[in-house]
Amino acid sequence: MFQIVRKQEMAKGTIIRFEISAPKIAKKIKAGQFVILRVNETGERIPLTVADKDEFAGTITIIFQVVGKSTALMRSLNEGDLIKDVVGPLGKAAEVEKIGTVIMVGGGTGVAILYHVAKAYKEAGNYVIGIIGAQNQDMLILQNEMERICDELVITSDDGSIGKMGFVTQPLATYMEERHDIKLVYAIGPIIMMKNVAALTKKKKLPTMVSLNPIMIDGTGMCGGCRVKVNNETMFCCVDGPDFDGHKVDFDELIHRNSLYLKDEKDSLLFSIK
Amino acid sequence: MVDQDVKYLKFKTYLNIYCPHCNNTLNVDKKENKTVNFKAVYKKEELDLMLSPYLDVFEVGSSIEMKENEALEDLICPHCNESLINKKVNCGECSSAVGEVTIFAASKLLPFYICTKYGCEWHGLTRRDERRVKLKIPRQAMPEQDQTLRIHNHQEVPYGYTSELALLEAGRCLQCKNPQCVLGCPVNIDIPAFISLVADEKFNEAAKKIKERNVLPAVCGRVCPQESQCEEKCIVGHKDDPVAIGRLERFVADYERKMELVEVPVIKNDTGKKIAVVGSGPAGLTLAADMRQLGYGVTIFEALHETGGVLTYGIPEFRLPKSIVQFEINFLKEIGVRFELNHVIGNILTVDELLEHFDAVFIGVGAGLPTFMNIEGESLGNIFSSNEYLTRMNLMKAYKFPEYDTPKPKGNKVVVIGGGNVAMDCARTAIRTGSSEVTIVYRRSRHELPAREEEVHHAEEEGIKFKLLSNPIRYIGTDHNTIKGLECIQMELGEPDDSGRRRPIPIDGSNFTIECDMAIVAIGTGPNPIIFQSTPDMELNKWGYIKTNPETLETTKEFVYAGGDIVTGSATVIEAMGAGRIAANAIHEKLSKKKVKAKAKSQAR
Repeated sequence: MFQIVRKQEMAKGTIIRFEISAPKIAKKIKAGQFVILRVNETGERIPLTVADKDEFAGTITIIFQVVGKSTALMRSLNEGDLIKDVVGPLGKAAEVEKIGTVIMVGGGTGVAILYHVAKAYKEAGNYVIGIIGAQNQDMLILQNEMERICDELVITSDDGSIGKMGFVTQPLATYMEERHDIKLVYAIGPIIMMKNVAALTKKKKLPTMVSLNPIMIDGTGMCGGCRVKVNNETMFCCVDGPDFDGHKVDFDELIHRNSLYLKDEKDSLLFSIK
Repeated sequence: MVDQDVKYLKFKTYLNIYCPHCNNTLNVDKKENKTVNFKAVYKKEELDLMLSPYLDVFEVGSSIEMKENEALEDLICPHCNESLINKKVNCGECSSAVGEVTIFAASKLLPFYICTKYGCEWHGLTRRDERRVKLKIPRQAMPEQDQTLRIHNHQEVPYGYTSELALLEAGRCLQCKNPQCVLGCPVNIDIPAFISLVADEKFNEAAKKIKERNVLPAVCGRVCPQESQCEEKCIVGHKDDPVAIGRLERFVADYERKMELVEVPVIKNDTGKKIAVVGSGPAGLTLAADMRQLGYGVTIFEALHETGGVLTYGIPEFRLPKSIVQFEINFLKEIGVRFELNHVIGNILTVDELLEHFDAVFIGVGAGLPTFMNIEGESLGNIFSSNEYLTRMNLMKAYKFPEYDTPKPKGNKVVVIGGGNVAMDCARTAIRTGSSEVTIVYRRSRHELPAREEEVHHAEEEGIKFKLLSNPIRYIGTDHNTIKGLECIQMELGEPDDSGRRRPIPIDGSNFTIECDMAIVAIGTGPNPIIFQSTPDMELNKWGYIKTNPETLETTKEFVYAGGDIVTGSATVIEAMGAGRIAANAIHEKLSKKKVKAKAKSQAR
């Protein structure tokens, strides 16, 4: 059993931040890696990339958007409540080294994962430019945290309620034109955002990493549900990823695969309301 | 050959024997000395023959001295002097001539046969002073859930033997002096000994006898491929169906559990040494039980949230009830084996880190990485690996969706690719969860199906279709990127390949399409890379599995052992258990020696 030591509601309660006591995992987990949670006996296994960790306090931080039954169930938990299972670290860690200037692009809850990776790049001594976006001001998360670790930070919103109006790809395109010392772009967010970022950087052959979030069950390479096509090869996101070369990922396929259970998600929610 | 009712005779039953011609009794009771008297012709001489009236063993009277392999020339009723030999019938074991008498059993007069051959040496039953004449009992079937009912539930298909059926089946065992069945068993259970205890109605003792060698009898009795192991070697099987060893094993294990006769042994000799086991599947569980009973502290690390490995996530409820798996695992907990769930070794702790805290590490993680066919359309929606499908259904209990949160894969027309036990499990799960048509697609013929005959038979009974000699070449998708069909090519069998099986060859232009809305790929698994990635000094073999010393199962890294599928590739539960046993012995030997060496050193100082 794993205790929730801190709970914070973000984006008007649609995004939740948990700090969970898991000392063994906190000791080992690195940026880019994920954990799988199962709230109770009948629960799903929910993969969530870790947004931060505190080795001394023995906690890991996860940030999730409430989208279906399981995440709604998680929102109902409070500080002090227990989560039945937390397994991790899973996946490969981001290979962080000092390379120079990097651009960190994040959208929606992807900013949570991006923060962990950006922090690692900053700590490794890189010049970190952050571009984060959300639908509107309310939905933007981790603005202060990102400001703290980024050398430059650009904010965008779909409606212009905060930062520049538009998508994260616009400031990215500007940076790509203005600066020629960019060594790497890291994009984490909705699949469509990552797809657009990758398409943009591909033109200039600018190395781009993306963090994928396909459907998975066990997270240990067993089920193959998280298979993605990378460079036309079938890869398992849980053991070969979750970070991949953005120029090689077949995003369209991932979009289709991720939409397979939308109806079930609805049925499950309806069942739980009954 | 024998009337139904005789089947229900218990062994060592006293038989009332009559001549079928004159109906006179052949039994002679003289206080302690009970016999059945005949006349016999041996070497053209007429002699008196006395046999025991107890079913099971007929003792030869001392007036005839026979040599092995010799048969009586005639068997005669002492009252009417008619020959009792029935020429239409032969001995069930040695095919020699048999004498026919009448016995009174189950309030009926029934024919009963006595072999004329001394010792029936052909089946290895030579006994100096005994002649065994056996009732020819057919192999007893297990009562099963009706096939039309069971496809609507997830309960176990066979109910298992009743004690009557078990007694009857146990009586078929010849109690060979040189039992081949034991050699066929990867963990060398003393099969004749436990069957003899069953025949004596000592079911609990029989269970204990099995447990000397096998900690998971209720599991093995259900899922072992006995027909290619112990039962394949059974001498009875040479002329008849072999003794149903697996069904008897299952019976005694169930008996012991249901009657609450399981005893928890007290572990006396604590060695103070600790063993880490990676993976709580059959290999790890066996090793853990063995090592714990030898006095080692054992901790099992399991990656999933439930113990049991393939027994839990892989084999469906209707073939192996999860309550039984958990019962057997609880036994390990009670003897003091510790379980750490949610621990992916390689990530949360590396093998090197384990070695800092434990004296030896055993890796029994199985071969869990699913294989795909890498054909066009494989990433379409509703195409699953067998692992994903079974994990959803068994581990996550998706068949109870939406009560359980994990969605159930749905398909009306389902295609399962592959011909192994896993393919049968997937197909039979699909038919139980509302699919109207399930087809197994396999590239060779029925004869080559790697699944157990019993599983194939059950699948057929449940209405699973078999599309044999067919190889998938591409999946066809709808506009919504879900599957709507599977294009296959017809195959024919050519010359045998390296595995001795005839190689399937595609027939040009024979393409055809199977309409389906779900596909499950059950074509085998490969090694999971997680543990290797953090253990670079552990060598792999050319197939990517862990390289071990075949005698000790030690890897190229000292004090690290491995066994089961992660060494051999996909195999059976019992083979993994056999590996666990070998490694346990080897670790014990090595660590005991280490202790001696350490002592010797300290004495030298």
